[in-house]
Amino acid sequence: MFLFVKRGVHSMIPACPLASLPRGEALRVEADPPIAVFHTEDGEIYAIDDTCTHQDASLADGWLEGCEIECPLHASRFDLRTGEVDAPPAKRPVRTHRVVVENDVIFVVPSDAEPNLPPGVTLKGQA
Amino acid sequence: MRSVCVVGASLAGLLTARALRARGYDGRLVLVGEETHRPYDRPPLSKDFLRGALDETDLALESDGEDLDAEWRLGVAAIGLDAATRRVTLSDGSDVEADGVVIATGASARRLPGTEGLAGVHTLRTLDDARALRRDLTGAKRIVVIGGGFIGTEVAATACDLGLEVTLVDSGSTPLAGLVGARMAEAIAALHERRGVRLLRGARVAALTGEDRVTGVRLADGAFLPADVVVVGIGAVPNVAWLERSGLLLDDGVICDEGGQAVHAEDGGTPVPGIVAVGDCAAWFDPALGRHDRCEHWTGARLRATVAAETLLSGGATRPARPRPAYIWSDQFDVKIQFIGRAHHADTVVVEEGDPADHSFLAVYRQGERPVAVLGVNQVRLFSRWRRQLETAAV
Repeated sequence: MFLFVKRGVHSMIPACPLASLPRGEALRVEADPPIAVFHTEDGEIYAIDDTCTHQDASLADGWLEGCEIECPLHASRFDLRTGEVDAPPAKRPVRTHRVVVENDVIFVVPSDAEPNLPPGVTLKGQA
Repeated sequence: MRSVCVVGASLAGLLTARALRARGYDGRLVLVGEETHRPYDRPPLSKDFLRGALDETDLALESDGEDLDAEWRLGVAAIGLDAATRRVTLSDGSDVEADGVVIATGASARRLPGTEGLAGVHTLRTLDDARALRRDLTGAKRIVVIGGGFIGTEVAATACDLGLEVTLVDSGSTPLAGLVGARMAEAIAALHERRGVRLLRGARVAALTGEDRVTGVRLADGAFLPADVVVVGIGAVPNVAWLERSGLLLDDGVICDEGGQAVHAEDGGTPVPGIVAVGDCAAWFDPALGRHDRCEHWTGARLRATVAAETLLSGGATRPARPRPAYIWSDQFDVKIQFIGRAHHADTVVVEEGDPADHSFLAVYRQGERPVAVLGVNQVRLFSRWRRQLETAAV
């Protein structure tokens, strides 16, 4: 079970202590759908849906370069700031989520938008 | 440059058109496609689409609302090109003259001679091929797959998942050995056999039997394999017959320089201004190999589309970055196979993670100390790190 911290209308999901996510690393948060949190080499922290919009692949397993994550299966690249994708096979953006760091802990504020899940992947809550 | 005609409306053609627009080209853009379909993605045709897990809308390569401001000429084939005037002649009797021509006509599945008109015999290259095969697999019990390449192994795996009795006939010693080397190919062969595929190695096909509909495959050693459906996956030939009188140099595809410019047939191979070729029909000069190489892989088409667009817009003045080794993937059963590099350049292969017997491992191919290829089988995270290392390593 996750600890949900109410803040306004949004729930904040604690991801991990800031110290346990070094620059250049990614973390998969087991939300529904899963969320990937990235700490870029420049020190920024971003959160996006972890599942590639083309096929069921974990973007946290991909290659982080600057503000882009390259899908580990077919190498479409998603912009961590906007969720936009650069080239096929993926053609839809991933959702981006707001990140809050409080008391040296990384929290994610999940987006209210509908996720762009790939064919065959559904929310666990709807499975 | 005020007009560009892209001949071929699949991955390579679409991405080159997109790259031209992304680089500010705002002139007339014509896309010619022999198939009637909008651009679609072919890799799933032998996997999730054949399985029924994807539908046709999932295959679309264009994004919702994407508008390239192009004239689409779909269902029309190019039948001729004059390299001097860059005039493309089309099958409907019309022609298109353009400042730039992108040749992206792809390749066609090689067929077994003498099997034309025999129902139940399939090749798999296009959406229409996949629709027909999917239909034919419904109600079929036994399938024989001829060829141990990607199409053969993927169709065998998909048919096996669909509950068919599958025989895979490979004329070589082990499927995919030409790509991943004999030793690692054994691990993939073992996966197929463990999941129930009957694998016949070193087997030569003598004939297909049947009057109107195929009934089976007879091998050169006399063995007979009964079949309701036969899939022939024995490679592809570049679609360049329409260029025979164009003045361009053709060999195994359209011969191009390292930036994708086609070259003259007559004068020793000087580049032809304003004509590039990209995708499965194009054999670009690869400086790392020292020869022309027709890269038939998806990722090769994606990389080269960008280079071809730059070459066309710069008139051949831009020097392309050194080509990166092609990255190749395949999904078979529930296993993700990923490969990069050239296995035949290696003198050692070491399994560095996992165990081939578990269908989860990563193998590194080295020439001396230098990694030259990597194979990942259900090792997605680790493979992506190795892939990046090989892509960025100095050649």
